Amino acid sequence: MGFSWEIVGKGGFQFFGKISASISHDIKNVLAVLNENAGLLEDLVLMAEKGASFNHERVKSLANSMRKQIKRADLIAKNMNRFAHSVDKPLNDVDVCETLELVVALSGRLADMRGVNLEPLYTKERICIKTNHFLLENLLWCCLDFAMTSVTEGNTVGIVVEEIEKGVQIKFTKLQGLITDDRTNKFPSEEENDLIRALEAETVMDTGVQTLFLKLPEKIGS
Amino acid sequence: MKTRVLLVDDEEEFVQALSERLKIRDYDVAISLTGEDAIEKIKSYNFDVVILDVLMPHMDGVEVLKKIKRIKPLIEVIMLTGHATVETAIEGLKLGANDYLMKPCETEDLVLKINRAYDKKTEHEERIREAKVKEIMSSPRAALKE
Repeated sequence: MGFSWEIVGKGGFQFFGKISASISHDIKNVLAVLNENAGLLEDLVLMAEKGASFNHERVKSLANSMRKQIKRADLIAKNMNRFAHSVDKPLNDVDVCETLELVVALSGRLADMRGVNLEPLYTKERICIKTNHFLLENLLWCCLDFAMTSVTEGNTVGIVVEEIEKGVQIKFTKLQGLITDDRTNKFPSEEENDLIRALEAETVMDTGVQTLFLKLPEKIGS
Repeated sequence: MKTRVLLVDDEEEFVQALSERLKIRDYDVAISLTGEDAIEKIKSYNFDVVILDVLMPHMDGVEVLKKIKRIKPLIEVIMLTGHATVETAIEGLKLGANDYLMKPCETEDLVLKINRAYDKKTEHEERIREAKVKEIMSSPRAALKE
């Protein structure tokens, strides 16, 4: 079966935009730290030239901080690159664990803003399925976004990836908010349902165990 | 007297370095890593200018700005944003922020904006003082009763 990119639609572009904006925000923060560290180094040198004592320890710690920020920026760029390449092919062998890891990393700022911890657990190192990589990222992000709104600040969303017969199951657990409100009726939305259909996936909400289940087939379009 | 500045940002290394740089430039600087901590510090200490990050966990910059303006309306606030857009910063201006800056910013630009904000605050305070004096002069008995 062929795969039409039209399915990406408005929701897909919005997802791409949100992630890109979040990445650019992270890069700006790193640049701001580097900018102030470099400026402070300059200030310390200028002060030393005017006769003040030179603080070697502070200079060393600034160099360390700059190295740490460069590593942070490198990771942001790597994730951005992985994300950008997810639209390369309509159908691909995709490692679900690796994809989830990327989506969790890309959602880090959003989780921080909401004061929510994300705790992924993989039962195997690699679990591969044949699917559309970008749409999978989009659907995982929608599930994660819903899961994060289903816990209160300071709490944790557990994410468990496990192999099932002819596919993969991802469980978003510890969602205590599932019982207390009508959010369960709002997910999945119409756009999310389009994604679910395109990926031949299935979502099940179990308020009893406070878990959202996402089931993905081992291959779409067969 | 030194200008009293409060830096509010969840990027710890950023606020540490910037606070050292402002201290070198003779400002009296305090830092807060959360909006909640900033509000507590503002309640118990008189700052002239607050440099406030727009995006922070728990309580974002716009919410902090609203609270500052409710608690101590004379404090001048400069919004700091890492966003490529200026929409949120403009929202801040509508809510009473003095100015905004995009990250990463030039220190000299920041210093200029802090000084302008400080001047505005002192002018405002002076005008309030003058108005009070006028009030007392025009009706000293009422003022004494108060």
